[in-house]
Amino acid sequence: MGKVVPLGGNYAVAYAVKACDVDVMTAYPISPQTTIVERLSEFVANGELDAEFLHVESEHTALSVAIGAAAVGARAYSATCSQGLALMNELLYIMSAMRLPMVLTIVNRALSAPINIWNDHSDFMSVQDAGWVMMMSASNQEAYDEVIIGYRIAEDPRVLLPVITSMDGYIQSHVVEPVEVESDEDVLSFAPKRRTWYVLDPDKPVAMGSVGDPNYYYEFKRQQWEAMKEARQVFDEVVVDFAKKFGRRYSAIETYMLDDAEVAIVGMGSFMGTIKAYVDRARKEGIKVGALRVKLYRPFPADDVAKALSNVKLVGVMDRALVPGSPTGGHLHSDVIAAIKQRGLDVRTIGFIAGLGGRLLTMDNVKQMVSALIKYKDARELPKEPIFIGVRE
Amino acid sequence: MSALPGWRQLPIGAVNLVPGSSVSYKTGEWRSLRPEIDQEKCIRCRTCWMYCPEGSIIEVDEPYKTKAGREYKVTYKIDYDHCKGCGICANECPVKAISMVEEVI
Repeated sequence: MGKVVPLGGNYAVAYAVKACDVDVMTAYPISPQTTIVERLSEFVANGELDAEFLHVESEHTALSVAIGAAAVGARAYSATCSQGLALMNELLYIMSAMRLPMVLTIVNRALSAPINIWNDHSDFMSVQDAGWVMMMSASNQEAYDEVIIGYRIAEDPRVLLPVITSMDGYIQSHVVEPVEVESDEDVLSFAPKRRTWYVLDPDKPVAMGSVGDPNYYYEFKRQQWEAMKEARQVFDEVVVDFAKKFGRRYSAIETYMLDDAEVAIVGMGSFMGTIKAYVDRARKEGIKVGALRVKLYRPFPADDVAKALSNVKLVGVMDRALVPGSPTGGHLHSDVIAAIKQRGLDVRTIGFIAGLGGRLLTMDNVKQMVSALIKYKDARELPKEPIFIGVRE
Repeated sequence: MSALPGWRQLPIGAVNLVPGSSVSYKTGEWRSLRPEIDQEKCIRCRTCWMYCPEGSIIEVDEPYKTKAGREYKVTYKIDYDHCKGCGICANECPVKAISMVEEVI
Protein backbone atom coordinates (compact mmCIF):
# COMPACT_ATOMS: atom_id res chain seq x y z
CA MET A 1 0.00 0.00 0.00
CA GLY A 2 1.51 3.29 -1.10
CA LYS A 3 1.20 6.67 0.50
CA VAL A 4 -1.50 9.00 -0.79
CA VAL A 5 0.00 12.39 -1.61
CA PRO A 6 -1.65 15.42 -3.21
CA LEU A 7 0.27 15.86 -6.48
CA GLY A 8 0.00 17.66 -9.78
CA GLY A 9 0.48 15.34 -12.74
CA ASN A 10 4.00 16.55 -13.41
CA TYR A 11 5.20 15.91 -9.87
CA ALA A 12 3.44 12.55 -9.85
CA VAL A 13 5.40 11.55 -12.95
CA ALA A 14 8.64 12.82 -11.40
CA TYR A 15 8.06 10.58 -8.37
CA ALA A 16 7.46 7.59 -10.65
CA VAL A 17 10.67 8.27 -12.61
CA LYS A 18 12.62 8.56 -9.36
CA ALA A 19 11.18 5.29 -8.09
CA CYS A 20 12.21 3.58 -11.35
CA ASP A 21 15.81 4.53 -10.46
CA VAL A 22 16.46 6.09 -13.85
CA ASP A 23 20.18 6.38 -14.74
CA VAL A 24 20.18 9.18 -17.31
CA MET A 25 17.69 12.02 -17.72
CA THR A 26 17.95 14.60 -20.45
CA ALA A 27 15.57 17.41 -21.09
CA TYR A 28 15.03 20.89 -22.36
CA PRO A 29 12.36 22.90 -20.54
CA ILE A 30 9.03 23.48 -22.27
CA SER A 31 5.66 24.35 -20.77
CA PRO A 32 3.68 22.56 -19.49
CA GLN A 33 6.27 19.79 -19.07
CA THR A 34 8.97 21.78 -17.30
CA THR A 35 8.12 20.92 -13.72
CA ILE A 36 8.66 17.20 -14.34
CA VAL A 37 12.33 17.62 -15.08
CA GLU A 38 12.64 20.53 -12.66
CA ARG A 39 11.54 18.20 -9.85
CA LEU A 40 13.83 15.44 -11.15
CA SER A 41 16.81 17.79 -11.19
CA GLU A 42 16.01 18.59 -7.54
CA PHE A 43 16.00 14.87 -6.72
CA VAL A 44 19.46 14.57 -8.29
CA ALA A 45 20.76 17.75 -6.66
CA ASN A 46 19.68 16.77 -3.15
CA GLY A 47 20.95 13.23 -3.46
CA GLU A 48 17.57 11.48 -3.49
CA LEU A 49 18.29 10.05 -6.92
CA ASP A 50 21.66 8.81 -8.13
CA ALA A 51 21.46 9.69 -11.82
CA GLU A 52 22.99 11.83 -14.52
CA PHE A 53 20.85 14.84 -15.31
CA LEU A 54 22.01 16.34 -18.59
CA HIS A 55 21.05 19.89 -19.50
CA VAL A 56 21.03 19.93 -23.26
CA GLU A 57 20.64 22.72 -25.79
CA SER A 58 17.57 21.35 -27.54
CA GLU A 59 15.05 18.54 -27.56
CA HIS A 60 16.81 17.12 -30.60
CA THR A 61 19.87 16.66 -28.42
CA ALA A 62 17.81 15.49 -25.44
CA LEU A 63 16.64 12.45 -27.37
CA SER A 64 20.04 11.95 -29.04
CA VAL A 65 21.60 11.71 -25.59
CA ALA A 66 18.87 9.34 -24.41
CA ILE A 67 19.60 7.10 -27.41
CA GLY A 68 23.28 7.09 -26.47
CA ALA A 69 22.46 6.35 -22.85
CA ALA A 70 20.16 3.48 -23.75
CA ALA A 71 22.79 2.17 -26.17
CA VAL A 72 25.21 1.66 -23.28
CA GLY A 73 22.52 -0.01 -21.19
CA ALA A 74 21.27 2.88 -19.06
CA ARG A 75 17.64 3.35 -18.08
CA ALA A 76 16.87 6.65 -19.81
CA TYR A 77 14.08 9.18 -19.37
CA SER A 78 12.98 12.43 -20.94
CA ALA A 79 9.86 14.58 -21.06
CA THR A 80 8.66 17.11 -23.59
CA CYS A 81 5.68 18.37 -25.57
CA SER A 82 4.53 20.40 -28.55
CA GLN A 83 7.39 22.14 -30.39
CA GLY A 84 9.91 20.19 -28.33
CA LEU A 85 8.42 16.92 -29.52
CA ALA A 86 8.40 18.22 -33.08
CA LEU A 87 12.10 18.99 -32.79
CA MET A 88 12.73 15.45 -31.52
CA ASN A 89 10.93 13.95 -34.48
CA GLU A 90 13.78 12.39 -36.48
CA LEU A 91 15.29 10.84 -33.35
CA LEU A 92 11.95 9.27 -32.41
CA TYR A 93 12.08 7.12 -35.54
CA ILE A 94 15.75 6.29 -34.99
CA MET A 95 15.29 5.17 -31.40
CA SER A 96 12.36 2.86 -32.08
CA ALA A 97 14.07 1.33 -35.11
CA MET A 98 17.27 0.79 -33.11
CA ARG A 99 15.03 -1.03 -30.61
CA LEU A 100 16.33 0.88 -27.61
CA PRO A 101 14.00 1.16 -24.62
CA MET A 102 13.21 4.32 -22.67
CA VAL A 103 10.21 6.20 -21.34
CA LEU A 104 9.34 9.64 -22.70
CA THR A 105 6.50 11.61 -21.16
CA ILE A 106 4.51 13.97 -23.35
CA VAL A 107 2.47 16.58 -21.52
CA ASN A 108 0.03 17.14 -24.36
CA ARG A 109 0.08 20.66 -25.76
CA ALA A 110 -1.01 22.26 -29.01
CA LEU A 111 1.43 22.77 -31.87
CA SER A 112 2.05 26.30 -33.15
CA ALA A 113 0.87 28.43 -34.97
CA PRO A 114 -0.61 30.47 -33.45
CA ILE A 115 1.66 30.07 -30.43
CA ASN A 116 -0.32 28.23 -27.82
CA ILE A 117 0.92 26.54 -24.68
CA TRP A 118 -2.42 24.98 -23.79
CA ASN A 119 -3.72 21.49 -24.09
CA ASP A 120 -4.79 19.46 -27.08
CA HIS A 121 -3.49 16.28 -28.68
CA SER A 122 -1.81 17.63 -31.81
CA ASP A 123 1.72 16.91 -30.51
CA PHE A 124 0.92 13.39 -29.31
CA MET A 125 -0.93 12.47 -32.50
CA SER A 126 1.82 13.86 -34.72
CA VAL A 127 4.16 11.06 -33.61
CA GLN A 128 1.74 8.17 -34.05
CA ASP A 129 3.84 6.76 -36.91
CA ALA A 130 7.19 6.87 -35.09
CA GLY A 131 7.12 3.27 -33.90
CA TRP A 132 6.80 4.00 -30.19
CA VAL A 133 4.38 2.34 -27.81
CA MET A 134 1.99 5.16 -26.86
CA MET A 135 -0.32 5.51 -23.87
CA MET A 136 -2.49 8.40 -22.76
CA SER A 137 -3.64 8.75 -19.18
CA ALA A 138 -6.77 10.43 -17.85
CA SER A 139 -5.79 11.02 -14.20
CA ASN A 140 -2.63 11.91 -12.31
CA GLN A 141 -2.58 8.48 -10.70
CA GLU A 142 -2.66 6.93 -14.15
CA ALA A 143 0.09 9.28 -15.37
CA TYR A 144 2.22 8.08 -12.42
CA ASP A 145 1.44 4.42 -13.06
CA GLU A 146 2.10 4.67 -16.81
CA VAL A 147 5.78 5.42 -16.21
CA ILE A 148 6.24 2.26 -14.15
CA ILE A 149 4.22 0.16 -16.57
CA GLY A 150 6.12 1.85 -19.42
CA TYR A 151 9.56 0.61 -18.31
CA ARG A 152 8.25 -2.91 -17.92
CA ILE A 153 6.92 -2.91 -21.48
CA ALA A 154 9.89 -1.09 -23.02
CA GLU A 155 12.51 -3.38 -21.50
CA ASP A 156 10.64 -6.63 -22.04
CA PRO A 157 12.91 -8.73 -24.31
CA ARG A 158 9.89 -9.54 -26.50
CA VAL A 159 9.28 -5.84 -27.13
CA LEU A 160 12.37 -3.59 -26.82
CA LEU A 161 10.67 -0.44 -28.00
CA PRO A 162 10.64 3.02 -26.47
CA VAL A 163 7.42 4.03 -24.75
CA ILE A 164 5.55 7.35 -24.70
CA THR A 165 3.43 8.05 -21.65
CA SER A 166 1.26 11.14 -21.66
CA MET A 167 -1.16 13.36 -19.84
CA ASP A 168 -3.08 16.48 -20.71
CA GLY A 169 -1.20 19.73 -20.17
CA TYR A 170 -2.46 21.86 -17.26
CA ILE A 171 -5.70 19.87 -16.89
CA GLN A 172 -3.56 17.10 -15.37
CA SER A 173 -0.01 18.42 -15.21
CA HIS A 174 -0.81 21.40 -12.98
CA VAL A 175 -3.95 20.23 -11.19
CA VAL A 176 -3.47 18.53 -7.84
CA GLU A 177 -5.13 15.19 -7.25
CA PRO A 178 -4.60 12.53 -4.61
CA VAL A 179 -1.97 10.14 -5.96
CA GLU A 180 -0.93 6.90 -4.33
CA VAL A 181 2.86 6.99 -4.40
CA GLU A 182 4.44 3.57 -4.04
CA SER A 183 7.73 2.88 -2.28
CA ASP A 184 10.88 2.88 -4.41
CA GLU A 185 11.47 -0.76 -3.40
CA ASP A 186 8.02 -1.87 -4.56
CA VAL A 187 8.33 -0.01 -7.84
CA LEU A 188 11.79 -1.40 -8.58
CA SER A 189 10.73 -4.93 -7.72
CA PHE A 190 7.87 -4.52 -10.22
CA ALA A 191 10.06 -2.92 -12.89
CA PRO A 192 13.59 -4.21 -12.16
CA LYS A 193 16.45 -2.88 -14.25
CA ARG A 194 17.44 -5.61 -16.65
CA ARG A 195 19.71 -5.09 -19.61
CA THR A 196 17.64 -7.13 -22.00
CA TRP A 197 18.84 -5.40 -25.15
CA TYR A 198 22.07 -5.17 -27.16
CA VAL A 199 24.41 -2.67 -25.52
CA LEU A 200 27.74 -1.14 -26.46
CA ASP A 201 30.23 -3.11 -24.39
CA PRO A 202 33.99 -3.29 -25.14
CA ASP A 203 34.06 -6.91 -23.95
CA LYS A 204 31.29 -7.91 -26.32
CA PRO A 205 31.49 -5.45 -29.20
CA VAL A 206 28.59 -4.76 -31.54
CA ALA A 207 28.06 -1.97 -34.06
CA MET A 208 24.90 0.14 -33.87
CA GLY A 209 23.36 2.60 -36.26
CA SER A 210 24.70 0.99 -39.40
CA VAL A 211 23.35 1.35 -42.92
CA GLY A 212 20.40 -0.80 -43.98
CA ASP A 213 20.52 -0.80 -47.75
CA PRO A 214 17.64 -1.98 -49.98
CA ASN A 215 18.69 -5.58 -49.26
CA TYR A 216 18.16 -5.15 -45.50
CA TYR A 217 16.09 -2.08 -44.45
CA TYR A 218 12.74 -3.73 -45.14
CA GLU A 219 13.49 -6.73 -42.91
CA PHE A 220 14.09 -4.44 -39.91
CA LYS A 221 10.79 -2.64 -40.50
CA ARG A 222 9.10 -6.03 -40.63
CA GLN A 223 10.62 -6.77 -37.20
CA GLN A 224 9.15 -3.54 -35.83
CA TRP A 225 5.67 -4.60 -36.88
CA GLU A 226 6.13 -7.82 -34.94
CA ALA A 227 7.51 -5.97 -31.90
CA MET A 228 4.33 -3.88 -31.75
CA LYS A 229 2.23 -7.04 -31.80
CA GLU A 230 4.31 -8.36 -28.92
CA ALA A 231 3.90 -5.04 -27.14
CA ARG A 232 0.14 -5.55 -27.03
CA GLN A 233 0.55 -9.00 -25.52
CA VAL A 234 3.06 -7.69 -23.00
CA PHE A 235 0.85 -4.69 -22.13
CA ASP A 236 -1.97 -7.06 -21.22
CA GLU A 237 0.34 -9.14 -19.02
CA VAL A 238 1.94 -6.14 -17.34
CA VAL A 239 -1.36 -4.47 -16.39
CA VAL A 240 -2.50 -7.73 -14.77
CA ASP A 241 0.76 -7.92 -12.80
CA PHE A 242 0.40 -4.27 -11.91
CA ALA A 243 -3.10 -4.83 -10.54
CA LYS A 244 -1.84 -7.74 -8.44
CA LYS A 245 1.01 -5.70 -7.04
CA PHE A 246 -0.57 -2.28 -6.59
CA GLY A 247 -4.31 -2.90 -6.83
CA ARG A 248 -4.97 -0.54 -9.74
CA ARG A 249 -6.30 -2.15 -12.88
CA TYR A 250 -5.79 -0.71 -16.34
CA SER A 251 -6.69 -1.95 -19.79
CA ALA A 252 -6.11 -0.84 -23.36
CA ILE A 253 -9.57 0.72 -23.47
CA GLU A 254 -11.94 1.89 -20.76
CA THR A 255 -15.63 1.46 -21.48
CA TYR A 256 -18.46 3.28 -19.73
CA MET A 257 -22.13 2.37 -19.98
CA LEU A 258 -21.59 0.73 -23.35
CA ASP A 259 -23.48 -2.54 -22.83
CA ASP A 260 -26.89 -1.26 -23.93
CA ALA A 261 -25.75 1.98 -25.57
CA GLU A 262 -27.33 3.06 -28.85
CA VAL A 263 -24.85 5.87 -29.31
CA ALA A 264 -21.38 6.36 -27.87
CA ILE A 265 -18.55 8.86 -27.72
CA VAL A 266 -15.00 7.64 -28.24
CA GLY A 267 -12.08 9.78 -27.14
CA MET A 268 -8.84 9.99 -25.23
CA GLY A 269 -7.41 11.75 -22.21
CA SER A 270 -8.85 13.94 -19.50
CA PHE A 271 -11.94 15.11 -21.41
CA MET A 272 -13.36 11.65 -20.97
CA GLY A 273 -14.10 12.57 -17.33
CA THR A 274 -16.45 15.32 -18.50
CA ILE A 275 -17.98 12.98 -21.04
CA LYS A 276 -18.63 10.28 -18.44
CA ALA A 277 -20.24 12.88 -16.18
CA TYR A 278 -22.52 13.89 -19.04
CA VAL A 279 -23.31 10.24 -19.79
CA ASP A 280 -24.54 9.93 -16.18
CA ARG A 281 -26.77 12.95 -16.67
CA ALA A 282 -28.11 11.77 -20.03
CA ARG A 283 -28.80 8.28 -18.69
CA LYS A 284 -31.07 9.82 -16.04
CA GLU A 285 -33.01 11.35 -18.91
CA GLY A 286 -33.28 7.93 -20.52
CA ILE A 287 -30.76 8.52 -23.33
CA LYS A 288 -28.85 5.33 -24.07
CA VAL A 289 -25.38 6.78 -24.46
CA GLY A 290 -22.04 5.28 -23.51
CA ALA A 291 -18.37 6.21 -23.72
CA LEU A 292 -15.11 4.58 -24.66
CA ARG A 293 -11.68 5.89 -23.75
CA VAL A 294 -8.65 4.67 -25.68
CA LYS A 295 -5.70 4.45 -23.29
CA LEU A 296 -3.27 2.41 -25.37
CA TYR A 297 -2.98 4.22 -28.69
CA ARG A 298 -0.02 2.38 -30.27
CA PRO A 299 -0.33 -0.55 -30.74
CA PHE A 300 -3.95 0.40 -31.44
CA PRO A 301 -6.35 -1.94 -29.61
CA ALA A 302 -8.43 -2.51 -32.74
CA ASP A 303 -10.05 -5.77 -31.60
CA ASP A 304 -11.08 -4.27 -28.26
CA VAL A 305 -12.47 -1.10 -29.80
CA ALA A 306 -14.42 -2.93 -32.50
CA LYS A 307 -15.83 -5.47 -30.05
CA ALA A 308 -16.84 -2.84 -27.52
CA LEU A 309 -18.65 -0.83 -30.18
CA SER A 310 -20.15 -3.75 -32.10
CA ASN A 311 -23.72 -3.18 -30.86
CA VAL A 312 -23.68 0.61 -30.96
CA LYS A 313 -25.80 2.21 -33.68
CA LEU A 314 -23.77 5.37 -34.13
CA VAL A 315 -20.38 6.24 -32.71
CA GLY A 316 -19.05 9.77 -32.38
CA VAL A 317 -15.28 9.89 -32.31
CA MET A 318 -13.82 12.97 -30.65
CA ASP A 319 -10.44 14.07 -31.92
CA ARG A 320 -8.46 16.74 -30.12
CA ALA A 321 -6.15 17.36 -33.06
CA LEU A 322 -7.22 18.40 -36.54
CA VAL A 323 -5.77 16.83 -39.68
CA PRO A 324 -6.76 19.32 -42.37
CA GLY A 325 -7.58 17.55 -45.61
CA SER A 326 -7.82 14.01 -44.26
CA PRO A 327 -11.04 12.08 -44.92
CA THR A 328 -12.14 12.26 -41.27
CA GLY A 329 -10.18 15.25 -39.97
CA GLY A 330 -8.93 13.27 -37.00
CA HIS A 331 -6.40 10.51 -36.31
CA LEU A 332 -8.51 8.64 -33.78
CA HIS A 333 -11.60 8.69 -35.98
CA SER A 334 -9.64 7.16 -38.88
CA ASP A 335 -8.27 4.44 -36.59
CA VAL A 336 -11.68 3.62 -35.17
CA ILE A 337 -13.22 3.35 -38.65
CA ALA A 338 -10.36 1.08 -39.76
CA ALA A 339 -10.81 -1.15 -36.70
CA ILE A 340 -14.56 -1.48 -37.34
CA LYS A 341 -14.36 -2.03 -41.10
CA GLN A 342 -11.47 -4.51 -40.97
CA ARG A 343 -13.66 -6.69 -38.78
CA GLY A 344 -16.63 -6.41 -41.11
CA LEU A 345 -18.86 -4.70 -38.55
CA ASP A 346 -21.74 -2.49 -39.55
CA VAL A 347 -21.14 0.29 -37.05
CA ARG A 348 -21.42 3.84 -38.34
CA THR A 349 -19.37 6.76 -37.13
CA ILE A 350 -19.30 10.54 -37.20
CA GLY A 351 -16.38 12.73 -36.17
CA PHE A 352 -16.13 15.52 -33.63
CA ILE A 353 -13.28 17.96 -33.29
CA ALA A 354 -13.06 19.51 -29.84
CA GLY A 355 -10.77 21.21 -27.39
CA LEU A 356 -8.12 22.57 -29.75
CA GLY A 357 -5.48 24.81 -28.21
CA GLY A 358 -6.86 24.57 -24.70
CA ARG A 359 -10.50 25.28 -25.57
CA LEU A 360 -12.34 23.66 -22.69
CA LEU A 361 -15.07 21.09 -23.06
CA THR A 362 -18.25 22.05 -21.24
CA MET A 363 -21.22 19.88 -20.39
CA ASP A 364 -23.12 21.84 -23.03
CA ASN A 365 -20.48 20.85 -25.60
CA VAL A 366 -20.96 17.18 -24.74
CA LYS A 367 -24.71 17.71 -24.96
CA GLN A 368 -24.19 19.00 -28.52
CA MET A 369 -22.29 15.83 -29.38
CA VAL A 370 -24.97 13.58 -27.94
CA SER A 371 -27.69 15.60 -29.70
CA ALA A 372 -25.85 15.15 -33.00
CA LEU A 373 -25.55 11.41 -32.37
CA ILE A 374 -29.28 11.15 -31.70
CA LYS A 375 -30.07 13.25 -34.77
CA TYR A 376 -27.99 11.05 -37.08
CA LYS A 377 -28.66 7.73 -35.34
CA ASP A 378 -31.18 6.59 -37.93
CA ALA A 379 -30.25 8.98 -40.73
CA ARG A 380 -29.40 7.54 -44.14
CA GLU A 381 -26.71 10.13 -44.85
CA LEU A 382 -24.00 10.95 -42.35
CA PRO A 383 -21.85 14.09 -42.35
CA LYS A 384 -18.68 13.61 -44.38
CA GLU A 385 -16.84 16.27 -42.43
CA PRO A 386 -16.11 16.46 -38.72
CA ILE A 387 -18.54 18.42 -36.56
CA PHE A 388 -16.61 21.23 -34.91
CA ILE A 389 -17.64 21.45 -31.26
CA GLY A 390 -17.14 24.70 -29.37
CA VAL A 391 -15.81 26.81 -32.22
CA ARG A 392 -17.24 30.30 -32.83
CA GLU A 393 -18.98 30.65 -36.17
CA MET B 1 18.98 -12.62 -53.03
CA SER B 2 17.81 -16.00 -51.75
CA ALA B 3 21.00 -16.35 -49.69
CA LEU B 4 20.22 -13.27 -47.58
CA PRO B 5 18.71 -13.89 -44.12
CA GLY B 6 15.00 -13.31 -43.49
CA TRP B 7 13.68 -10.87 -40.89
CA ARG B 8 13.43 -13.55 -38.23
CA GLN B 9 17.12 -14.43 -38.61
CA LEU B 10 18.50 -10.89 -38.43
CA PRO B 11 19.48 -9.40 -35.06
CA ILE B 12 16.91 -6.78 -34.01
CA GLY B 13 17.47 -3.07 -34.43
CA ALA B 14 19.96 -3.58 -37.28
CA VAL B 15 22.63 -4.28 -34.67
CA ASN B 16 25.79 -5.62 -36.28
CA LEU B 17 27.15 -8.45 -34.16
CA VAL B 18 30.42 -8.59 -36.10
CA PRO B 19 31.91 -5.12 -35.92
CA GLY B 20 34.79 -4.44 -38.30
CA SER B 21 33.15 -6.59 -40.92
CA SER B 22 32.39 -3.90 -43.47
CA VAL B 23 34.88 -5.49 -45.91
CA SER B 24 32.35 -8.26 -46.39
CA TYR B 25 29.92 -5.69 -47.74
CA LYS B 26 30.49 -5.69 -51.47
CA THR B 27 29.89 -2.06 -52.36
CA GLY B 28 31.05 -2.80 -55.92
CA GLU B 29 27.38 -3.56 -56.67
CA TRP B 30 26.68 0.16 -56.59
CA ARG B 31 28.96 0.87 -59.57
CA SER B 32 27.64 2.06 -62.90
CA LEU B 33 31.04 3.06 -64.34
CA ARG B 34 34.07 0.82 -63.99
CA PRO B 35 37.60 2.31 -63.81
CA GLU B 36 40.13 0.55 -66.03
CA ILE B 37 43.85 1.22 -65.78
CA ASP B 38 45.90 1.35 -68.97
CA GLN B 39 49.12 -0.27 -67.73
CA GLU B 40 51.02 1.18 -70.70
CA LYS B 41 50.15 4.76 -69.74
CA CYS B 42 50.38 4.35 -65.95
CA ILE B 43 53.53 5.91 -64.45
CA ARG B 44 53.10 4.26 -61.00
CA CYS B 45 52.85 7.63 -59.24
CA ARG B 46 50.38 6.29 -56.63
CA THR B 47 48.09 9.33 -56.96
CA CYS B 48 45.00 7.14 -57.52
CA TRP B 49 45.94 4.97 -54.55
CA MET B 50 46.08 8.07 -52.32
CA TYR B 51 42.85 9.61 -53.53
CA CYS B 52 40.63 6.52 -53.61
CA PRO B 53 38.10 7.06 -50.76
CA GLU B 54 37.39 3.34 -50.50
CA GLY B 55 40.92 1.92 -50.53
CA SER B 56 40.03 0.09 -53.69
CA ILE B 57 43.28 0.73 -55.58
CA ILE B 58 45.61 -2.16 -54.85
CA GLU B 59 49.35 -2.05 -55.28
CA VAL B 60 50.54 -5.49 -56.38
CA ASP B 61 54.15 -6.76 -56.47
CA GLU B 62 53.90 -7.65 -60.12
CA PRO B 63 56.59 -6.43 -62.51
CA TYR B 64 55.48 -4.79 -65.75
CA LYS B 65 57.46 -3.82 -68.83
CA THR B 66 55.91 -1.31 -71.24
CA LYS B 67 56.19 -1.68 -75.02
CA ALA B 68 58.57 1.26 -74.96
CA GLY B 69 60.78 -0.78 -72.65
CA ARG B 70 60.19 0.94 -69.33
CA GLU B 71 60.20 -1.48 -66.37
CA TYR B 72 58.12 -1.18 -63.22
CA LYS B 73 58.30 -3.37 -60.11
CA VAL B 74 54.66 -2.87 -59.22
CA THR B 75 51.28 -2.86 -60.90
CA TYR B 76 48.12 -1.05 -59.78
CA LYS B 77 44.88 -2.97 -59.86
CA ILE B 78 41.33 -2.27 -58.75
CA ASP B 79 39.35 -4.09 -56.08
CA TYR B 80 36.12 -4.38 -58.05
CA ASP B 81 34.32 -5.94 -55.04
CA HIS B 82 34.44 -2.61 -53.28
CA CYS B 83 35.06 0.09 -55.93
CA LYS B 84 31.86 2.16 -56.15
CA GLY B 85 32.89 3.69 -59.47
CA CYS B 86 33.09 7.26 -58.19
CA GLY B 87 35.73 8.17 -60.79
CA ILE B 88 37.97 10.15 -58.46
CA CYS B 89 40.96 8.04 -59.54
CA ALA B 90 40.33 8.77 -63.23
CA ASN B 91 39.88 12.45 -62.47
CA GLU B 92 43.10 12.70 -60.47
CA CYS B 93 45.35 10.58 -62.70
CA PRO B 94 48.01 12.99 -64.04
CA VAL B 95 48.56 10.98 -67.25
CA LYS B 96 44.91 10.03 -67.89
CA ALA B 97 45.73 6.33 -67.65
CA ILE B 98 42.35 5.49 -66.04
CA SER B 99 39.19 5.46 -68.09
CA MET B 100 35.65 4.99 -66.80
CA VAL B 101 33.86 2.29 -68.76
CA GLU B 102 30.12 1.70 -68.58
CA GLU B 103 29.10 -1.43 -66.68
CA VAL B 104 26.88 -3.60 -68.82
CA ILE B 105 24.92 -6.48 -67.35
